[in-house]
Amino acid sequence: MVAEKFSKKLFSVTLRVWRQAGPAAPGRFTDYPAANVNPDMSFLELLDVVNDGLTIKGEEPIAFAHDCREGICGTCSCTINGKPHGPGRGIATCQLYMRSFRDGDVIVVEPFRARPFPVVKDLVTDRAAFDKIMQAGGFITVRTGAAPDANAIPVPKQDADLAMDAAACIGCGACVAACKNASAMLFVAAKVSQLGLFPQGQPERDQRVLGMVGTMDAMGFGNCTNQYECSAACPKTITHDFIARMNRDYLKASFRSAFKPASSSTGGGAG
Amino acid sequence: MSLAGNLFRSSIGRKFVMAVTGLILVGFVIGHLVGNLQIFQHPDHINGYAAFLHQLGPLLWVARIILLVSVGLHIWAATVLALENKRARTGNGPNSAKQWIRATLASRLVRWTGYIVLAFVLYHLAQFTLGITGTAQFKENLPHYTMVDEYRIAGFPVVKAGAEVLDVHSMVILGFQNPVISLFYIIAVGLLSFHLLHGVDSFFQTIGWRSAKWSGALHKIVLLFCVAYFVGNLIIPGSVLLGAKGLREGFKAPAAPAAIRR
Repeated sequence: MVAEKFSKKLFSVTLRVWRQAGPAAPGRFTDYPAANVNPDMSFLELLDVVNDGLTIKGEEPIAFAHDCREGICGTCSCTINGKPHGPGRGIATCQLYMRSFRDGDVIVVEPFRARPFPVVKDLVTDRAAFDKIMQAGGFITVRTGAAPDANAIPVPKQDADLAMDAAACIGCGACVAACKNASAMLFVAAKVSQLGLFPQGQPERDQRVLGMVGTMDAMGFGNCTNQYECSAACPKTITHDFIARMNRDYLKASFRSAFKPASSSTGGGAG
Repeated sequence: MSLAGNLFRSSIGRKFVMAVTGLILVGFVIGHLVGNLQIFQHPDHINGYAAFLHQLGPLLWVARIILLVSVGLHIWAATVLALENKRARTGNGPNSAKQWIRATLASRLVRWTGYIVLAFVLYHLAQFTLGITGTAQFKENLPHYTMVDEYRIAGFPVVKAGAEVLDVHSMVILGFQNPVISLFYIIAVGLLSFHLLHGVDSFFQTIGWRSAKWSGALHKIVLLFCVAYFVGNLIIPGSVLLGAKGLREGFKAPAAPAAIRR
């Protein structure tokens, strides 16, 4: 089995690819046989090869999103055989190699399916809904100017480590695609937790979680049913513990905003 | 948004409503089971307990209203969330066969177990609370039971010896002597236990009290709770069905015994 797994023998697969000319056009699956597949090719390289063949034949190549091809940018986005980013754990589509498949396999390739991620073309989806959520609170307000001294604000090591786990989110949207409800809670939870764990994130902590969750809901993402498919599909293996943290943050912020005393001052300097 | 807006109109708020109402209902079913297990003691116990609950009068109605509101909100939240979830997944090509990665069977069936539990609760109320079905064996239609001894709760005598009370003990046993009813109860509480396997675990996640540090222990505690809850419920109809638990001594069927046997 091991020998077979690491075989260098070329093999053949069939790609069953979702083709859709534009956002409003109807889509359908089309089969593309691919022969002489090198097991060491990446999946995206196979798409490149298939596209070369299509271009030579004068056909429209398959549109797919990709950029860094090293698993850090979050651009590539295919659901492969019913699983976002395909088989394997903790990898993006660009890190998927053809040795994960066998001779004769039919590989079903689709865009990430979710109403808030409309298909632009073929396998390319518009994930701007994530940007809208970020604009609603995925930032901290800082005074710009000269770089502050390192460690001027102490951050406990455990918090920094946990924040880094959340910060690993590349915003690809696999969590949404893996979720039967197209819920974006893992993405939002990662962003909320990353900033909420730092002292610099505290002043805007409540308004951040309320704003980001509100925008998430308004964008039409679904609700979490605690089945944790998101974290299982996440190329950065971000844990759904962050969703629990976000839930807690959201509920606390809701109660705090209802009961926290507010100044009646109209503001404006020393008056 | 206001607090009410956050709780009733947002995704996390509605999940919170679902979790809290679920917790209230779990608390109820635990208390209900513990109360019912008194059937294995002298008939004074369950009959005295039932009489005590009815003596509560307005307090009983407060509890009933809290439970009804909880059930209503739990179903409302589930429905609204499920419709939104469905909508979030449609309108962008087909939903091709999703490959489940780790979702538990209990979580995938939670909606269906919920439907059956609802049907069961309605039947259960119709049988033992309202007497709409199984009317001949309904407590109001059975001869009254005379308390042999007084019934105490936490040391306080709440029902006097010699009091004439409804014979819940005989009603339950007569009801469960019907194998179809007993099997339906066993299956339904089995599915309720399965529902809670996902529900109780989810409660901790939604409230924000679950983390990887203790999620393994939590899962085992929830599993243990669900199994214990199922077994506790199983032994009541189970022991009647197997004949291990029979009618009390001195139980006299009302005038038309044919009606009791159904």
